[in-house]
Amino acid sequence: MNDYRYDNQTVQGFILSALVWGVVGILVGLLISIQLWAPAANFAPYLTYGRLRPVHTNGLAFGLGVGVIFGLNYYVVMRLCGRPLVFPKLARVQLWIFNVVIAAAAVSLLMGYTQSNEYAELEWPLDIGVVVLWVMFAVNVFATIIKRKYQQMYVSLWYIIATVIAIAVLYIVNNLSIPAGGMKSYHLFAGVNSANVEWWYGHNAVGFLFTTPFLAMYFYFLPKSLNLPLYSHRLSILAFWSLVFGYLWTGAHHLVYTPLPDWIQTLAIVFTLFLIAPSWGSVINGYYTVGADWSKMKTNYLTKFFVMAITFYGLQTVQGPTQGLRVVSQLIHYTDWVPGHVHMGTMGWVTLTACASIYYVIPKINGTAIFSEKIANLHFWLVMVGQLLFSVTMWITGIQQGAMWKATNADGTLKYTFVETLSKNYPYWHTRTLAGIIFTVGMLFFIYNVLMTIRQGRAKPASSAAA
Amino acid sequence: MAGEIYKKPITLAVMATVAILIGSIVTMAYPMLRADMHPKLETLKPFTPLQLAGRDIYQREGCVGCHTQTVRPLPSEVARYGDYSKAGEFAYDHPFLWGSKRTGPDLAREGGLRPDGWHYQHYANPQQLAPKSNMPSYAFLKGRPLDPAEVASHLNALGMVHPELKADPAAVKAALAGKDELDALVAYTQWLGHAVARRQGGTADINLENPLAHDVQAVVLGKKLFADKCAVCHGEEGQGTEGIAPSLVDDVFLGEKGDLPDGAYFAMIDGGSDAKPMAGRKGDPGGGMDAFGKTGQLKQDEIWSIISWLRNQKSHEAAEGHDVPPAGKK
Repeated sequence: MNDYRYDNQTVQGFILSALVWGVVGILVGLLISIQLWAPAANFAPYLTYGRLRPVHTNGLAFGLGVGVIFGLNYYVVMRLCGRPLVFPKLARVQLWIFNVVIAAAAVSLLMGYTQSNEYAELEWPLDIGVVVLWVMFAVNVFATIIKRKYQQMYVSLWYIIATVIAIAVLYIVNNLSIPAGGMKSYHLFAGVNSANVEWWYGHNAVGFLFTTPFLAMYFYFLPKSLNLPLYSHRLSILAFWSLVFGYLWTGAHHLVYTPLPDWIQTLAIVFTLFLIAPSWGSVINGYYTVGADWSKMKTNYLTKFFVMAITFYGLQTVQGPTQGLRVVSQLIHYTDWVPGHVHMGTMGWVTLTACASIYYVIPKINGTAIFSEKIANLHFWLVMVGQLLFSVTMWITGIQQGAMWKATNADGTLKYTFVETLSKNYPYWHTRTLAGIIFTVGMLFFIYNVLMTIRQGRAKPASSAAA
Repeated sequence: MAGEIYKKPITLAVMATVAILIGSIVTMAYPMLRADMHPKLETLKPFTPLQLAGRDIYQREGCVGCHTQTVRPLPSEVARYGDYSKAGEFAYDHPFLWGSKRTGPDLAREGGLRPDGWHYQHYANPQQLAPKSNMPSYAFLKGRPLDPAEVASHLNALGMVHPELKADPAAVKAALAGKDELDALVAYTQWLGHAVARRQGGTADINLENPLAHDVQAVVLGKKLFADKCAVCHGEEGQGTEGIAPSLVDDVFLGEKGDLPDGAYFAMIDGGSDAKPMAGRKGDPGGGMDAFGKTGQLKQDEIWSIISWLRNQKSHEAAEGHDVPPAGKK
């Protein structure tokens, strides 16, 4: 009865699928980074920057991100509830539909079917697919939590519950559209209203895809793999409620200095600053959990993944609110600074948390140890160097761009034409591609390590992997 | 503080939903009920079938990934692009296409800024007009047919919320006759920002004399400035670019034979196309020259320097009898 083998295979299926889409997304990212400095690398009509960028963002947010969330959140839910999933077959069907939807999404974006809203590009038939997947996820998560063995729910479960609800609300509202054909629709909302709904969604998709489900993983896998207790449950409670309450007010910080009414912008900026508190609540909880025994840095290779993950989360959640301030926004908004910011979150916080969690889970469910700690360490450093080089380069070029756009002579005339400001980006864009290559090599080592671990587990006689 | 709710998933879920909905209602749902979220300028014109087809292509090609469509109310931004964006300009934008990244320039004020011919050449080969640009070529749009039935269904879909967009398929077919995707994209580009008056060139005295005439330093500076600001349309030697901008070194000026005094040149560079009537000539009615002086892109001295170089170039051409081919045919 209490057998996890089938569910573990589903979890592993999600992880492996996510890694496949991750490779696709990262390679597309490399190509578009080259297109920025080599326009000849655009191959019209399907492989132009304009069509590939959403493949990169959607491939990684929905293919890699959501794939990892489905797999690892199921794993966490089962462990914290002390039972397998209530509907194991449903989860397996969900895995197949997930892959079909992501593949169809990638093809449709290459064909130019897009709603043009960032992170909500997918046209309405695919939106229906995404909603179906999410409902399947919600059914299994809620059913398993309700039929759980342990009465008390750990903080990771709260974050997963909030994720399921918030993403459902956000995704459905922002994708309300006027259908105009089999693969064409127009946002139901127009102009400033459309902008306000989209960034309410866009910002919170980041919040509830890249923050809450990963905090759920973080606060499960960190204590588990280090064998240390969570520093403070009280701090978790504070951080959780202030985060889920505060997040939804902040979307309009993406619309500073646009025609959106000022009061919405200001309210968003204020709440964005407020969000530093819950974010750093989690940061402190992470640091102090490891702080109970810093020697784990030497003895457990995963410690550095978790420490750097929460460090980037902490940096990200201070940099973000800073960017929301009007005085900073006017310098860096619309520049390369912003991709620099986004990639610290995704290549730093999200990637390191996901990789550390996968390094924990894969040996566990295959009844073996990690294939190679050395490769894991190499992976860590390549990913770190790649990400830092990427982000720092983008911050520098962003400030330069913003400053050149604003530079005026004493009489109010502009110092630089637009093309002059653009041409100064090229050296930085070359560096960004180099950083991307370093990061990609690191991730390929990771995937190799994961696959070899699975292989190693298969070679051994089957063992009970119920952890 | 731990509380019983961490043992009751349904209660916790309900409380989390309430927490999530409060901010959503205040900042997203409630504003929809307010009139200031649905403004519409009286000058805003609905899309023609060709313009909407162009907008669909703009969406399809992901132009929004590199180009914003909103000018912020910052002095440097207004100087670069024109008047800052107004909420009432976007009533037909489903969705908004303000974007989040300016790899290329903002396009909110692009409509009417340049002649159609410039856009045709630029979409086909951006580097020909801006050598350091990183924009990909959209030459493949040329000759790709538009589907009138599809455009009509798109207009009628938007017509559900904007009745003035509803269209008869036969009329759409007529409107799109002989047009391809590139025509549509150019038409949409020229639609952008039309609801707000373009910055005006104002008036200038065409009898002004050039204080820097024959000044060698001014000629050198003028050559550099011309290369920076003017060559993109008028060619590196001032020889013009076919379909975009006329030659400045032949004996035709503003469409008529015969030269005009330096003051007329000054009026044109200072005030752009709006200054044509002041110069007493019609020029090319489709032409759209920006007001480089009035918009702060060039100072008075700099304009006179360009004119000094142009005069120098003209006499040079006359003396040597060079036959400079129009740019773009090299």
